[in-house]
Amino acid sequence: MTQIPKLAWKGVTKRFGDRPVLDGLDLSVAPGKSLVIIGGSGQGKSVTIKTALGLMRPESGQIELDGQNVVGLSEGQRRKLFSRIGVLFQGAALFDSLSIWENVAFRLLNADGVPRKQARERAIEALEQVRLDPAVADRFPSELSGGMQKRAGLARAVVAQPEILFFDEPTTGLDPITAAAINQLISDQVRRLGSTAVSITHDLASAQTIGDEIAMLHGGKIVWRGPAADLQTTDNPYVRQFVEGRPDGPIAHTV
Amino acid sequence: MTAGEAARKVAVNPIRSLGRSTLAAVRTVGAVGVFAVRGAAAALSPPWFPGQLMRQFMAIGFFSLPVVGLTAVFTGAALALNIFTGGGRFNAEQVMPQIVALGITRELGPVLAALMLAGRVSAAIAAEIGAMRATEQIDAMRTLSTDPFRYLVAPRLLAAVLMLPLLTAVADTIGIAGGWLVATRVLEFNPTIYIRNTVNFLESWDIVSGLIKAAVFGFIVALMGCYHGYNASGGARGVGRATTHAVVSSAILIFASDYLLTTFFTHAS
Repeated sequence: MTQIPKLAWKGVTKRFGDRPVLDGLDLSVAPGKSLVIIGGSGQGKSVTIKTALGLMRPESGQIELDGQNVVGLSEGQRRKLFSRIGVLFQGAALFDSLSIWENVAFRLLNADGVPRKQARERAIEALEQVRLDPAVADRFPSELSGGMQKRAGLARAVVAQPEILFFDEPTTGLDPITAAAINQLISDQVRRLGSTAVSITHDLASAQTIGDEIAMLHGGKIVWRGPAADLQTTDNPYVRQFVEGRPDGPIAHTV
Repeated sequence: MTAGEAARKVAVNPIRSLGRSTLAAVRTVGAVGVFAVRGAAAALSPPWFPGQLMRQFMAIGFFSLPVVGLTAVFTGAALALNIFTGGGRFNAEQVMPQIVALGITRELGPVLAALMLAGRVSAAIAAEIGAMRATEQIDAMRTLSTDPFRYLVAPRLLAAVLMLPLLTAVADTIGIAGGWLVATRVLEFNPTIYIRNTVNFLESWDIVSGLIKAAVFGFIVALMGCYHGYNASGGARGVGRATTHAVVSSAILIFASDYLLTTFFTHAS
């Protein structure tokens, strides 16, 4: 018997007006694996993650978590499901009216009813996990650099030890050194928790550090999928063009 | 394209655009209605977020006191002067205190307090929630198993519905005091008689009906701020648009519902 994937998209379509964004997307991640979805801007990477999170509803197809369809769940069921999920958003999406520790402990405080003292301890533990000085706990997101905000966002995603982690463009807007540090942290955390991870990025270095497997999304479909190490050697024309950054090839550049 | 086709196109297009804008308007009314019901349901059932509610009590209620108080004192004073001169045309200057009291408690207290809140609070709510939408904070909140309707919308609705009547009570008092100041300092009314006339004349319904209006206006102000902020799209410009729409739509809805409520109250009593 084949193993049930942790998360699977089955024939998922999504359109914005007349424009199809996901065009029968089929993709799955095995439990405990880290999948990175690469692809150009506007190819549906963000939409792929948002449909899985229930932040967007696909027009057709199924999204299965542990073999169970999660499309069209009620708000209450969705909330329960989210307790098994951690997300690092592109801009970290920290709540700017709350201190860093309250951000990290947001789920514990507001959904799980953990007492403040205990929640704070767990938040500081999570901050240490992402190598942030506990001294930042009482500062506000606007007082932190972009890299530190990403770290805090990562701490918030892992604090409740989720089964699945989503990373939306984790290195966008960071300098190469900070980006490398974030990549390393992500890969450490995913390994430590044994979580399944789904990331989207157009940063190839990031994809190869975080991912066990890489899938390339183009035109709302997966055009290539393979082990992270094969990214440099495959002769798939889409991947070659993307990796080498050539303007000519099967991917028409629309800029 | 022949001249006939062109003419037909011109003739059809206005109807089309009329149809399109009618549909859009109906859709908006429906969306606001659904949003209001969801918000009210979240406000009236647990779990609540007491910390957020306290924060909104301060932001919406306490920090609106100066602007509401200043508006009320000047309006009361100007109203007194106007009614005094107007009443003088048929020798009715002496009923000025009663008319000022009635005008303030039934109409100007709640409406002016609500309008100041539309500017101060509705705009702030729309901008804050709109910016949270733009930076994915609302999505993030949902992924943290927290309902934004409970955490963001409900405390603002509750705080505005409870605080605006209190602010109106303050506005009533200060507005009447403004009239009293002008009457006694400028128009040489007797201070004691002015107050006695006001108190004897006012019925409790004058005040209570104004406070009921204020609760409705409070709901409108917070609802418009939350609705437009929550549905903001398109980055910084979208947030700006949401803020404008929140202020304009709350002001219009305040006036419209003021008329409806006044009609209702007049028939009821």
